[in-house]
Amino acid sequence: MNIIVCLKQVPDTEAQIKIAGDAKSIVTDDIKWVMNPYDEFGVEEALKTKEKFGGEVTVIGLGPKRVTETIRTALAMGADKGILICDDAADGSDSIAVAKALAAAIKGMEYDLIFTGQRGVDDDLGVVGASVAEFLDIPQLSLIEDVEFAEDGKSVKVKRPVEGEVLTIESSLPVLITTQKGLNEPRYASLPGIMKAKKKPLDQKTLSDLGLDASDFGEGARKLKIVELLSPPARSAGKIIEGESPQEKAAELARLLHEEAKLL
Amino acid sequence: MDFDLTKEQKMIRREVRKFAESEIAPVAAELDEKEEFSADITKKMGEIGLLGLFVSEQYGGEGLDYISYIIAVEEVARVDGSQAATIAAGNSLGIGPLYYFGNEEQKRKYLPKLCSGEALWGFGLTEPDAGSDAGGSKTTAVKNADEWVLNGSKIFITNAACELSLGITVQAVTGTRPNGKPEYTCFILEHGTPGFKAVPMHKKMMWRASSTAELYFNDVRIPKENMLGNKGEGFHQMLQTLDRGRLSIAAMGLGGAQGAYEAALKYSRQRIQFGQSISRFQAVAFKLADSAMEIECARNLLYKTCWLLDNKRQFEKEAAMAKLYCSEVMGRVVNHAVQIYGGYGLMKENSVERFYRDQKLLDIGEGTSEIQRIVIARHIGCL
Repeated sequence: MNIIVCLKQVPDTEAQIKIAGDAKSIVTDDIKWVMNPYDEFGVEEALKTKEKFGGEVTVIGLGPKRVTETIRTALAMGADKGILICDDAADGSDSIAVAKALAAAIKGMEYDLIFTGQRGVDDDLGVVGASVAEFLDIPQLSLIEDVEFAEDGKSVKVKRPVEGEVLTIESSLPVLITTQKGLNEPRYASLPGIMKAKKKPLDQKTLSDLGLDASDFGEGARKLKIVELLSPPARSAGKIIEGESPQEKAAELARLLHEEAKLL
Repeated sequence: MDFDLTKEQKMIRREVRKFAESEIAPVAAELDEKEEFSADITKKMGEIGLLGLFVSEQYGGEGLDYISYIIAVEEVARVDGSQAATIAAGNSLGIGPLYYFGNEEQKRKYLPKLCSGEALWGFGLTEPDAGSDAGGSKTTAVKNADEWVLNGSKIFITNAACELSLGITVQAVTGTRPNGKPEYTCFILEHGTPGFKAVPMHKKMMWRASSTAELYFNDVRIPKENMLGNKGEGFHQMLQTLDRGRLSIAAMGLGGAQGAYEAALKYSRQRIQFGQSISRFQAVAFKLADSAMEIECARNLLYKTCWLLDNKRQFEKEAAMAKLYCSEVMGRVVNHAVQIYGGYGLMKENSVERFYRDQKLLDIGEGTSEIQRIVIARHIGCL
């Protein structure tokens, strides 16, 4: 089974995010970049599937040169090949443009399955997976927390949580699956894996290599424009309720919830 | 000069850090408190490749350079001394002698299991009456037909009395050299051999989640094929093993210092006294500035020593310096860290309390700080 995983490099979830002077982007200087955690589930699921059915896992990312690090991590985990779409013209592209580039890279390849995270933990838009499937004209199964293939590897049955219930869906292949938390526990890149990744192919492609028109990409081509980024409001100090007895404190709390917070 | 690590070395640091923070950090305090060795964590460390890093692939290792190994130990030590001890001793003292001095058959028999983390191996050198004075060893091996008969005991042997312990390399007196000094030879001894008893040592102050053993040999019969190298090579094998082993102890000092420093820095920025973060007081800021500086110096010295070794240069003097310096830097850094935490630093819920205890071994194990000074003094021509 040939599997493709689309992955994104995002700021470490523990990184302190600072808004840049233009109020439309973040300061990236001191940020530690990591693989989008949802995409990690995709890499793990792809590797597990490959272990069962054989085949090849290809990871594709888009972004500046530093994204090679994230692709190398996936190779060290066990993926076979990497492709980085790296083009200055693609800087600042919105999700639809990113999906268009990913789909163009995938189009000529032979594949049965595409995994990608249900969303990137940076912009939280959740648009790329569905858009790639649309551009490729294949079915997509979103927010999946369990994947099971038929014995012959020709179809797949997946589970999606819906309002406390579980929806089971079946699909033929090829199909694009977006991963939800709970799907698996991603493995660590082992030290031997890191050394083996050194020899694995990692191709770099520009937009024109993929037959794409640069004017459809970048800041200028955005259909979705960021107007302003704001930090969440700072939390104001809490209030400590004074009182002689627990009863008195509870009564005061009830009064405040009623009169000041207007919650009761 | 090139101070950059390779892409792979950086990735090793990142992955080992991720592993240590997710798999070791959550259980480190509990294992320390219970004084419990975790076979589960050891196996996981084996799975991601933390054992046998410098061993070539044909014996189940990874064929990495020494600096990669040191970075891995450093990153584990940044989170927990006990687990770092298990891999530092597992590699330098367990795997090392078999890999460097074993014959083909011995290497094929033992190394794959030790490199995968399914088994651990000890290095029996220290004895109750022979610590810094290794020449005072009383354990003897006497030849009897096709066997050697071993009698004596060893103490403070890491990885030698846990469920994963497969065997030990044991150094014994096998005769007298022409100059009248004892002749030493190393033997491979498997657990379960009649007359060989390994007893776990408890009530330790530090490294409480690592396995430490007392070993007793009572007429233990060792087949002659189990000699490591040749008769009389034991002393040099021991010296060479310790020269390399020093680097992994240094890595534990460096990593431990880094972990304690990061914790203290974070805490000092959060802790408010007199209306401001205590990191803003010079008394605290200077402790952290000194710690950052010393850690930087320690890392440069240790990495340079690894570079010397990886480039097949003389590294023995620098190895003693790195072991001594990194251990003592960690001593000063953990002292600052506990002081910055104040009363909370004395409590077990803060990792700096454990780091403070774990540090003390580094001044003592694999050659005390005093012995390191003697080694350095010899190299520079004092003695």
